[in-house]
Amino acid sequence: MSDPVTQFADAIRSAADGKRPLNIRGGGSKTFYGNPTIGETLDVTTYRGIIEYEPTELVITARAGTPLADIEAAMREQGQMLGFEPPHFGGNATLGGCIAAGLSGPRRPYAGSARDFVLGLRLLDGRGSDLHFGGQVMKNVAGYDVSRLITGSLGTLGVILEVSLKALPLPPSELTLCREQTQCEALALMNEWAGKPLPITATCHVDGRMYVRLAGATPAVHSALAKLGGETLADGATFWRELRDQRHAFFAGESPLWRVSLPSIAPELQLSGAQLIEWGGALRWLRSDSDAMSIRKAARNGDGHATRFRGGDPRSGAFHPLPSPMLKLHKRVKQAMDPAGIFNPGRLYTDF
Amino acid sequence: MSAPVHAIPVDFERQRAVCAALRAFMPEHGVLFEREDVTPYECDGLSAYRQVPMVVVLPENEEQVCAILETCYALRVPVTARGTGTGLSGGALPLGNGVLLSMAKLMKIVALDPLARTARVQPGVRNLSISEAAAPHGLYYAPDPSSQIACSIGGNVAENSGGVHCLKYGLTVHNVLKLRVATIEGEIIEVGGGGLDAAGYDLLALMTGSEGLLGVVTEITVKLLPRPECAQVVLAAFDDVATAGQAVANVIAAGIIPAGMEMMDQPAILAVEPFVNAGYPTDAAGILLCESDGTREEVADEISRIERIMEDSGAHLVRVSRDESERLRFWAGRKAAFPAVGRLSPDYYCMDGTIPRKRLAEVLRGITEMEKKYELRCANVFHAGDGNLHPLILYDANDRRQLQNAEDFGAEILKLCIDVGGTITGEHGVGVEKIDSMCVQFNSAELETFHALKHAFDEHALLNPGKAVPTLHRCAEFGRMHVHSGAEKFPELPRF
Repeated sequence: MSDPVTQFADAIRSAADGKRPLNIRGGGSKTFYGNPTIGETLDVTTYRGIIEYEPTELVITARAGTPLADIEAAMREQGQMLGFEPPHFGGNATLGGCIAAGLSGPRRPYAGSARDFVLGLRLLDGRGSDLHFGGQVMKNVAGYDVSRLITGSLGTLGVILEVSLKALPLPPSELTLCREQTQCEALALMNEWAGKPLPITATCHVDGRMYVRLAGATPAVHSALAKLGGETLADGATFWRELRDQRHAFFAGESPLWRVSLPSIAPELQLSGAQLIEWGGALRWLRSDSDAMSIRKAARNGDGHATRFRGGDPRSGAFHPLPSPMLKLHKRVKQAMDPAGIFNPGRLYTDF
Repeated sequence: MSAPVHAIPVDFERQRAVCAALRAFMPEHGVLFEREDVTPYECDGLSAYRQVPMVVVLPENEEQVCAILETCYALRVPVTARGTGTGLSGGALPLGNGVLLSMAKLMKIVALDPLARTARVQPGVRNLSISEAAAPHGLYYAPDPSSQIACSIGGNVAENSGGVHCLKYGLTVHNVLKLRVATIEGEIIEVGGGGLDAAGYDLLALMTGSEGLLGVVTEITVKLLPRPECAQVVLAAFDDVATAGQAVANVIAAGIIPAGMEMMDQPAILAVEPFVNAGYPTDAAGILLCESDGTREEVADEISRIERIMEDSGAHLVRVSRDESERLRFWAGRKAAFPAVGRLSPDYYCMDGTIPRKRLAEVLRGITEMEKKYELRCANVFHAGDGNLHPLILYDANDRRQLQNAEDFGAEILKLCIDVGGTITGEHGVGVEKIDSMCVQFNSAELETFHALKHAFDEHALLNPGKAVPTLHRCAEFGRMHVHSGAEKFPELPRF
């Protein structure tokens, strides 16, 4: 039995020869995300395990099939974490899927996104070539930043084999404050506070309440709490974990879930349906039966974009349509990495 | 170093045709071609490489940039974009048959929104002037390359510039939200977005650090951060650099991400101290500067922990800056390292490798061996937090042998950086300077991927050709010269 990488490369070459699509799959926790794709399943979960983890170098390198939970447990043991607080959406989430989806959790505006933490990766391209980009060091400007291009490309550009990520220390102290606030007031406060040197690491507004997570050195956290005011939430950690994985009550039920990315200062979205605000105002979750056109128009007018995250009418496409020069460029980038067009066709946009 | 580009005789007919086409929409003073007018553009910060461009064009707005690119595309003239020309890898070295596109006149801060904490700026705006404009609002732009008083933000995007605060605050790629980019066809695309992400591929990341090979940036939206309430720095001196390296690891292991963490070895200390009187102990084998910033409570807490860690790690001297003027004095030495070293020798060659920090002692030992081998001295300054090493090789460019030795010395340092798991450039870019070392760091399939991506943006290879990514043919030639590093890397290429 050959090793998994050789097997993947053989499968890719044979698929490319026959122009047969491949559906790359990790733990399957995010199959709902993006458009449906076709093709034979290429399961990467057999390629798993942490390859190298040096806490004092602030770098962890692991294989794509490694469960995200394993990586986080190993890091927690060393007092570290993944700074972008990736959503799991299920116990099976893998590192490969996490990077392919490129989604980040509540800490994103304050610490950075998934792609910000990617230092390098190894992947198989559409020819089955085994490629390394970036590395295991913090600063590296040799060659184009292919590792960050791959992050969030939903498996359409290559099969991620290994990823190196920057690690961050766990904050020594953390607490969540909670205040009654309208959405409009919350948006104003989130933006005002983000402009001050405060140890804020997450913000949320839902059901008339605003939640703010403070984290860092214990005296700094307490002094910030005194400055900002509000009651402290007994189990803040659970609140943010449930928000991250969309197990909060807001996400229950069947009505379509939209993810609207906007400038943090954008006013309240004038759309029907419940809203939850995260990321200091830069991310608005919307439960709405409104048609895709009007939601996307509102997002576009606000200088943002809207993703049909779960449910809704599949004919509208999951992601915000691209202007034509961008679409042309996307197709060319796809062509460069996957000339036969075999990786997850249609998952990102139906055109490629 | 030694100019590899042979001076191309000017093709006057071609020059006339290009100027005529550009003058159809550009004012006369915006198109330069007389020898004395174009000569100031013959090099960037890497002055050992020089080439006079065929034509220099100075647009004043985005429409002109697009029209220039459209014209060059139609005439198939190569284009090299240039900011303020402070780059250290020859990324803005002109082409003798090409147009040098100076972005220096696009220098407006278009908008600054203190509530959204963003600034929309043109590419010719100086890095530092963004922070200056943001200062009244208690905000600043974090990446601070040492050339920040002069370097342009457009150049920073092209090179993905860093600075001394990268470990905590990131590189340019982490601090840019949106770009307007003119393609070689003269079309405008927007990458990134008004929010924190955008639909589709992350072309913002791909564009950042692409050294002018994929497009020309016409407008940049940067993220502004709240200015930290205060900052303090610890100066620690060590008897050997390995111990200093271990002290850095101990700080990280304690869960501290310092705002800045710099190391200097003894040759660098000896160069700097008489020059600026920063208060560095000249008997130390190496010193560390470790800065903490944030709220008063955070800084007080972190500084006392850093102080203790330095002592426990074997520092023979530990001092904490007592006030802002002492903090600035401690930094003044580090910031003057390059000019101070420049006083010791007619020329110096600044390298820019990044290594895993734990291999520092080994790399410094290797560099000491190379000093003997090449009979040249080398001082080392090190962004210790993020592993970015700047060896400064001292030489005399008028001595051909020294020049050659400095070049070989530099290439061997870069090879060592790759061998220990690092990279040939942390923040200065590849440009023309390190193009051969790219053949050591990447195999042919990886280089072909770079070329394929380039082709996706610029199918006729008109944007800054010959920089950043070597052709496979060039690597094969390089491999023949350096058999150890290259011979097995390109077995599929014909040799002739």
